[in-house]
Amino acid sequence: MGDRAYKVVSALLGSSAFIFLFLILGVLLIFSYPSLIVNGIGFFTRVTWNPNISGSVTVIHGIRAMSNASYGMLVFFLGTLLSSGLALLIAVPISLGIAVFLTEVAPRRVSFGLSFFVELLAGIPSIVFGFWGFLVLGPFLKVYIEPGMATYLSFIPYFRGPVLSYGLPASGVILALMIVPIIASISRDAMSQTPLELKEAAMALGTTRWETTRRVVLPYARTAILGSVVLGLGRALGETMAVAMVSQSAVNLLPTNFYYPINSLAAFMAQTLDSAFTDPTSMEVYALVELALVLLAITTTVNIIARLMVRQGFISSAEHVVQV
Amino acid sequence: MSSGETSGGSGVGGNVSSEARVAPIWKEKAVIANHRKRIFFDNVAGVLAFACVFAVLVPLADMVFMFAYRGIQLLSIESLTTITIGSSSFVSGGLANAIVGTFLLIALAAAVTIPLGLIGGIYMAEFSNDGRLSEALRFAADVLAGNSSIVLGYVGYLVFVLYFGWGYSAAAGALTLSILMFPYVFRTTELALRKVPQSIREAAIALGSTKSTMVNRLVVRFAMPGILTGILLAVGIGLSETAPLLYTASFSNYIPTGALTHQPVGYLTYVVYVYSQLPSSGAHDLAYLASFLLITMVLTINVVARLGLRRFSKV
Repeated sequence: MGDRAYKVVSALLGSSAFIFLFLILGVLLIFSYPSLIVNGIGFFTRVTWNPNISGSVTVIHGIRAMSNASYGMLVFFLGTLLSSGLALLIAVPISLGIAVFLTEVAPRRVSFGLSFFVELLAGIPSIVFGFWGFLVLGPFLKVYIEPGMATYLSFIPYFRGPVLSYGLPASGVILALMIVPIIASISRDAMSQTPLELKEAAMALGTTRWETTRRVVLPYARTAILGSVVLGLGRALGETMAVAMVSQSAVNLLPTNFYYPINSLAAFMAQTLDSAFTDPTSMEVYALVELALVLLAITTTVNIIARLMVRQGFISSAEHVVQV
Repeated sequence: MSSGETSGGSGVGGNVSSEARVAPIWKEKAVIANHRKRIFFDNVAGVLAFACVFAVLVPLADMVFMFAYRGIQLLSIESLTTITIGSSSFVSGGLANAIVGTFLLIALAAAVTIPLGLIGGIYMAEFSNDGRLSEALRFAADVLAGNSSIVLGYVGYLVFVLYFGWGYSAAAGALTLSILMFPYVFRTTELALRKVPQSIREAAIALGSTKSTMVNRLVVRFAMPGILTGILLAVGIGLSETAPLLYTASFSNYIPTGALTHQPVGYLTYVVYVYSQLPSSGAHDLAYLASFLLITMVLTINVVARLGLRRFSKV
C-alpha cells in the first residue's frame, strides 16, 4: 500500500471519533426535539415525572402528548449533584492520602504492589460495585453509621433523622470508591514527578517528610490533582448501574434530609426506558432522551474543564485507565 | 529525616567561650517541644496516609472474598453449561446463555473497534502533523470516553434497534459496545506508538523503507505490548458494562444461534442487575455466580494487561 493511501485510510478510520460523537449528539437532538418543544424550560425546574399514560392524547405545539403529563428532571439532577458531591468529599482526601502514601511514605516495592491493588479497584464492574453496595455497604451504613450521624449531628437540620434509607450516603460512598483509583493514580503520577532538587532543598532546610509533602510536593502537583478531581467528578456524574442499585430510586420526591432515597439522571434513565414504551405518544421516550442530552452536556462540560485545567498531556479520561 | 537534633550537640557547644552559660538553642524547651510537635505531626500524617490506603483495600478485599466465597460454592459444570430457566418469580438453571452471549457481544464489538482504533491510532502517531485536526480527534475521543454509558445505550437503542429496525439483537448491542470501547484502543495505540524511539524509524527510512513498511513491520511490532494492553483493557471495560446493553441486546434465556439481528442476547451483567432484585433464591444464586465470573474475568484481564505484557515490552 502506498504511503499516501495509508495516510488517507488511517485518517478516515481515526475520524470515527468525530463520527461517533456527531452520531450521539445528532441522534439525541433529533429524538429530544418533541420533548424540548412540549416541556420547555419547565423541564429543568419541575419535580414531578408523571407520563400519565391513562389520560387522553392532546396536541401541544403540533406534537402529540398525553394531557396532564408532567416531565421534570429536578429530582434526578439534584440527586446527581448530591451523590457526586458527597463522593468528591470522601474520595479527594482519601485519594490524596493514598497518593502521598505511595509516593512519599511507602518503600518502593510496597508502593508498587499497593498501587497495583488500588488500580484493580478501577477494573471491578460497576454493576458488581452496585451489588456489593446493595448487599453489604448500604445495610452497614444504615445500621451502624447513619443512626450515629443522626444523633450526633442533629444540631444541623439536614443531618437530623429520621434515617429513612441508605440512598444518598451509600450512593456517595460507592461513587467515592469508584473514583478513588482515578484521582489517586493521576495524583500519584504527578507527585512522583516532583523534581528531586526541590525536595532535597526542603529537606536540607530541616523540614520533616510531611512538611516537604505539604509545602513542595502537593503545590508542585496541584494542577494535575485538580484535573484528576474534575475527571473523577465527570465519572461520578455519569455513573449508572452502581447508583441504580443503591440509591433506592426516588421519583417525584425532593430529599429533605441526608438519609433520603435519591436518584440520578443516569440511574433513572437505565430504570425507566422500558416502561416508557407504553406511552402511546412516545413523549416519555423523548423526555428521557432529553435527560440523556442534559447528561451529555454535563459530562462533556466537566471533561472540557478537566482538559483546560491540565494541559500537560499525560492526563485524559481514556488514558487514566491504562496508566500503570 | 531531621532527627538527631535533640541528642548529640554537646561536643560542638562545649568549646565556644566559657562565658556562654546559656543552654544552646537546640536545648531550649520551646525548641525541643516544637521539634517534637513536628515529628509527631509527621508520624500522624504517615499513619493517616496509610489509613487511606486501608480504607480502599478493605472494600476491595471484602468484595472479592464475598463473591469468591459464594461463587465457588455455586460453581459447577452444570451451572456453566445449562441455560437459565424462568424469568420473574422463579428462576433456576445455569448461566450458559449469558456466558456465550457475553463472549459473542465482546467478540463482535472487538472485531469492529480494534481495526478502527488501531489504524486510527497509527494515523495519530505516525501520519498526522499534530495540528488542529489531531487535537480535535483526541478531544472527541476524550469526550466519548467521559460520556455516560447509558447515554450511549440510548443512542444505540434509537439508531440500531429502532431506526435500523434490528430489534434487540447482538448487532445492536455489539455496535453500541464498540463505540464505548473505541476511545480506549484509539488513545492507547497512539501512546504506545509514540513511545517507540525515533531512531528506529530513522534506521528504517535510511535503509530505503517506505513509510508504510516502516510502520507496519517495525513500529507497530515494537509497540505491540502497549497496543495489546490497551486492547485488553478495552475488552475488560466492555465486559463490565451493563447500561449500553440493557436496551440494545436486552436479554434472552437461550443460547444465541448466531443470528445478528432480531434476536435478543443474554449477558452476565444483566444477570447481576436484574436477578439480584428478584424475590427468588435461585435468581440470587445466579446473580452471585455471575458477579464471581465477572470479577474473575475482569481481574484476570487487568493482571495480564498490567503485569504480564510489561515483561515483553521491548521499548
